[in-house]
Amino acid sequence: MSRVYWMEAKSEFLKLLRMRVYSMSTIMFPLMFYCFFGLAMGRDRQPGMPMSAARYLLATYGAFAVVGATLYAFGVGVAVERGLGWMQVKRASPMPRAAYFVAKAAVATTFGAIVVTLLFTLGGVFGNVHMPAAQWLSLGAVLVAGAVPFCALGLAIGSFAGPNSAPATVNMIYMPLSFLAGLWIPIDFLPHGLQQLAPFLPTYHFAQIAIAMLHAPSAGTIAGHVGALAGFTLIFAGVAWIGTTREDEKMYG
Amino acid sequence: MPVAELRAVTKNYGDVRALAGIDLEIERGELLALLGPNGAGKTTAVRILLGLNSPTTGRASVFGHQPASQAAKLRRGALLQVARVPETLRVREHIELFSSYYPKPLALSETIAIAGLAGIEKRLFGDLSGGQKQRVLFALAICGNPDLLFLDEPTVGLDVESRRALWSRIRAFLARGGSVLLTTHYLEEADALASRIAVINKGRIVAQGTPTEIKARTAQTGLEDAFLELMKQEVY
Repeated sequence: MSRVYWMEAKSEFLKLLRMRVYSMSTIMFPLMFYCFFGLAMGRDRQPGMPMSAARYLLATYGAFAVVGATLYAFGVGVAVERGLGWMQVKRASPMPRAAYFVAKAAVATTFGAIVVTLLFTLGGVFGNVHMPAAQWLSLGAVLVAGAVPFCALGLAIGSFAGPNSAPATVNMIYMPLSFLAGLWIPIDFLPHGLQQLAPFLPTYHFAQIAIAMLHAPSAGTIAGHVGALAGFTLIFAGVAWIGTTREDEKMYG
Repeated sequence: MPVAELRAVTKNYGDVRALAGIDLEIERGELLALLGPNGAGKTTAVRILLGLNSPTTGRASVFGHQPASQAAKLRRGALLQVARVPETLRVREHIELFSSYYPKPLALSETIAIAGLAGIEKRLFGDLSGGQKQRVLFALAICGNPDLLFLDEPTVGLDVESRRALWSRIRAFLARGGSVLLTTHYLEEADALASRIAVINKGRIVAQGTPTEIKARTAQTGLEDAFLELMKQEVY
């Protein structure tokens, strides 16, 4: 039984790795942005700032990377496989249904972890970021664990989006969620009105936990953010469930 | 006991009635062809037997089990109409993955030989021709060494040569003692392969019997004429 899960995950990994559109966009975008904003402009600590941008942005671009890896893998992956009939072939087979979702989640999280590792390497080698090992590890662990709610969000998108419109739908959700939660530029630099909006976004709570790992000033408590993310996960999973059960009533000749 | 059956099955999609009360039995070792025009209900009947849809009323079973049960799934294979299959996996990787779903799959080399994929195991699915893609889907349907095969319009869009090659693979599966439910709107295909034909139109079985019986019933010589005749009777 565990062999099925392993085979499913291996296939999913190879499939995504060879799909340039996925591997390039999930890996290159966060690294590129981090190079621009973290390395090119922010290696030194500015007066009045608690830490260098290179260090602070490791947390937010790490979150950006994990959100991207999971939203594309689930949102686009599920929409395409559902909309073009492949999921039906899988469902007619004896594959345990959970294997499909568990494998996707594991692989999306793995891609997220790979990008986070690359970001950390950039930050450590070129960004002049020095932290105790325990702090690197706790930040890494938080970023990887943050994949959970966004797997659920991706699944919710993938259960409703059409196979052709899914990539655009994911971008329309991913980009605003990232910007408005301060993943691109620190949230304190956003206009006051937008800052008020942020607590309604799952990305905001994710980023606040990651920032807290750096001992940077963050809003609220970690327990509060975890609770908010758990709530978002339940809502997204519920939406996804509605989407997948709706499928039964589609018309066939 | 039939290997699979539908008993008084109806299926509504909202206001549309796709199946209007169907009885169907697939006996061990036979190929039953479900023949009918587009939208007749062929795919719906197959989807119910695969457990992908549930009947609105009536009963479906496969080897005496619920169609969606694992016990039923382990003994059947299916080739469905699918618009797109993951293209960045190799032929061999697709087969290895599906084989892992079954406790006693065919050996990889055997599946490759039966499906006629020798020499292209390492190609990415996306690089294959239409006929080769269909052979991979056939391989996924038989790799678990099933007793019952569902083939939903397996030769649509194939050239004559690929179609005939797939026919001989289906015959080989029957020769090993397997049973098949084949849906098609190619009369020639039903005539060439079927031990029994069920003609379906507007969600009802309008005729059932051997290819010879179907022809005799309508006093026509060719199956094509018989088919058109049956459709005409239905229209009133």
